[in-house]
Amino acid sequence: MKRTDDYLKRREHLAKLDDGQLEERFWNLVGQLVDPLLQLGRENTTPAIERSVLLRMGFSSLEARDIVQGCLERGLLGHGAGHVVYKLAKHENIELRTAGLSLAGGDNWDKAAALFADSSPAQNGG
Amino acid sequence: MSDYKLDPQKKIDVAAVLDDLAHYRPRRRGWTWREPVSDLHMGPFAYHDCTKPLKNSVPLPPAHYFENIDPQPGPVITTEIASGRFEDDIRRMRLAAHHGADHIMVIRTAGQSHFDGLIEGTPQGMGGVPITRKQVRAQRKALDMIEDEVGRPINYHSYVSGVAGPDIAVMFAEEGVNGVHQDPQYNVIYRNINMVRSFVDACESKKLIAWADMAQIDGAHNANATAREAWKVMPELMVQHAINALFSAKVGINKRNICLSTVPPTATPAPCVYMDLPYAVALRDLFREYRMRAQMNTKYIESSTREATVTHVLNMFISKLTSADIQSTITPDEGRNVPWHIYNIEACDTAKQTLVGLDGLMEMVELKKDGYLREKARELKERAVLFLEEMIELGGYFNAVEAGFFVDSGCYPERNGDGIARTINGGIGAGTVIPREADYMAPVTAHFGRNNVAQYGLDENDSPSSLIGGCTLEAPEKIVYIDELDDSDNVYLRMNEVKDFAGPQATKIKPEMEWLADGTIMITSFFPTDAKTAEAAALEMARRLNLQEPTVISREVMHPVEGTRIELKGKVPFAIDIDSLVIPEEPEVLSDDEIRAAIEAQPMKVVCGTVGQDEHSVGLREIIDIKHGGIEKYGIEVHYLGTSVSPEKLVNAAIELDANAILASAVISHDDIHYKNIAAIDRLATEMGVRDKLIFVAGGTQVDSAQAKANGADEGFGRGTKGSHVATFLVKNRAARHL
Repeated sequence: MKRTDDYLKRREHLAKLDDGQLEERFWNLVGQLVDPLLQLGRENTTPAIERSVLLRMGFSSLEARDIVQGCLERGLLGHGAGHVVYKLAKHENIELRTAGLSLAGGDNWDKAAALFADSSPAQNGG
Repeated sequence: MSDYKLDPQKKIDVAAVLDDLAHYRPRRRGWTWREPVSDLHMGPFAYHDCTKPLKNSVPLPPAHYFENIDPQPGPVITTEIASGRFEDDIRRMRLAAHHGADHIMVIRTAGQSHFDGLIEGTPQGMGGVPITRKQVRAQRKALDMIEDEVGRPINYHSYVSGVAGPDIAVMFAEEGVNGVHQDPQYNVIYRNINMVRSFVDACESKKLIAWADMAQIDGAHNANATAREAWKVMPELMVQHAINALFSAKVGINKRNICLSTVPPTATPAPCVYMDLPYAVALRDLFREYRMRAQMNTKYIESSTREATVTHVLNMFISKLTSADIQSTITPDEGRNVPWHIYNIEACDTAKQTLVGLDGLMEMVELKKDGYLREKARELKERAVLFLEEMIELGGYFNAVEAGFFVDSGCYPERNGDGIARTINGGIGAGTVIPREADYMAPVTAHFGRNNVAQYGLDENDSPSSLIGGCTLEAPEKIVYIDELDDSDNVYLRMNEVKDFAGPQATKIKPEMEWLADGTIMITSFFPTDAKTAEAAALEMARRLNLQEPTVISREVMHPVEGTRIELKGKVPFAIDIDSLVIPEEPEVLSDDEIRAAIEAQPMKVVCGTVGQDEHSVGLREIIDIKHGGIEKYGIEVHYLGTSVSPEKLVNAAIELDANAILASAVISHDDIHYKNIAAIDRLATEMGVRDKLIFVAGGTQVDSAQAKANGADEGFGRGTKGSHVATFLVKNRAARHL
């Protein structure tokens, strides 16, 4: 889009605001812009977020990569990759790390998938 | 854990730093600001805005006139160090810290933004360093030692951006990184990473940044560096700052740790302060709750270090007139094809010198409260508000980006249609944002967003990581450390290649510019001809000097045909054995008591002055004045004749006063005039028959002992000489000659 500078015309409604009111308007508008972005963050996840969860659970970057890839391929990432590892460990009554390593090594995916088979669908999409 | 400690008298042993990294744990987390000191006195001066002094540092060159004081200004001072070999950069960090840097920023290797995960090991980088856990850990560990040495915490900093932002943010939180660049807009506009992905990832990254109490710097300055007419993007800059600032605050980062990367938008030959100051004022009005990281204008820098330095100083003048919490230092390394050099250190000194020089300024001056400055600031704020209004009319941030709203070179509301547009479904990582299911759960600390831990019996006040007995943020022993993944590209191989040159045990030495033992030197020269001929002549000169890979790094016209300044770099084809060097012994200095006793036993009278048409007196006064520790303090009778004294007057005065010695200061060295004056004094004294009875000492910054003696002086003293050195010589020479 090309447009010549129409600042003087466009600003007419701002002319009556004092500096404090102008600054308040500025931050109010910024808030309107960022709030939906934050809402997206609350209701969605990504492979990077899930890798970061697995790192915090004590997996290496290589292990985290493989577990997230496995979750993606099986449509499980929306439950949380850390959750998949956690639920498998709990169900199988094995160490968290053992559960994660088995998934990273390509094992136990059927069991993991079965644990999430009856969970409800997402309430909020992104 | 390794117990290696820095020895102030020895080079850092990088191999020892790398030892046992697997068990290293950072000793703190979070950002540290400088500590203000009220009523600070250093040497003969009082300071008004300076901070807690260092234990060990390298002061500015003239500091030896003032008891070697090294006042530290208020803002944290940044330096960027990233040569591609992090092991070499560790040494540079020590240098920079000693010159006042307490914010070390490591630029990432080209392409890391698009690497989907953490890089591990220590591969060599290009245009930066591959940021890995091992590299971060080694540099943080080295900085722990360096900060103990200088006596001030050093903030370590890198980037949380790209498609692996949350991965990197976790690693940084675990490894004690203190500051980061994090701004999803940077991903979107400059790295073409999908915008939805960028903002969703940013929520998680910022949550981790908040947990680790890091300082966060945004990426808005890039709009300034990218837009064709950089000064026209001022309204947009405020919008970009605001989006990242408020977004970050709402995720949970303390506003006092959210820093705007703000650049004075233009540079000379524009009347830059007139244009930049209203912008700086508007920004600080709007963002008074946030911090200012004063970035330097790099948009128009080419290859002149002098020009860059003046821009830097003008930018810091604006910092001083408004405010800066962090002050950046940039050198034209890229424009000169010089990845790292002593100019980084010069730039730290430029910042320190300027900010200390402007200490207390705002106690004396204030910005006008009305007129052009305030009217222009108001206009800029209104333009920013209008920008936001139109973004909302368009349907929000994503739609505005799709419409090419950002980095348009028109001063909003003017539009030139040359902005950078991205599509909501496009870019790297498009389609990778996945809705959280109702049972979505992540059993970790510092996780953003909906987290259904209730299904496992926790309530909202419980820490999600309690499900797993604590995550790595509470239990760092759970961190999995990877040393190396690539047998053909790692620090051990690189260090082995230069082992003779490295560390305290080095046996060989080469000049260095980018990496240890690269052999690179830089030559500044003037050729009395036009630029093209000068460049060709410079390269021919380099070939005849046997320099390898000569490259012209800067060319400045002094006159279209009369002359050109050329700087070039090239590599020397040799290494020097350190053992083969003949290093002059430090001069033996008698103790104060010994000198006093000798003068008391046999009094001494000297005449002195600065010779030639020269008004310099500081150096000589240092040598003679009692208050500077000069020779008067030993009881030597000094007759100071002043400046611009002729050789005849000095010799005549020595005869009239029956002096034992002449001290001649010869500072101006153009056309060897200093040595000519030394020779004249020797000749006159000989002609008048008094040379045998007189001790004749010459001094000056460019005076060399051997050359001074060759021209007839009994001794010559150069830079760094103290009164005790001269007095020792006078006493010893008198005894040796039985005078």
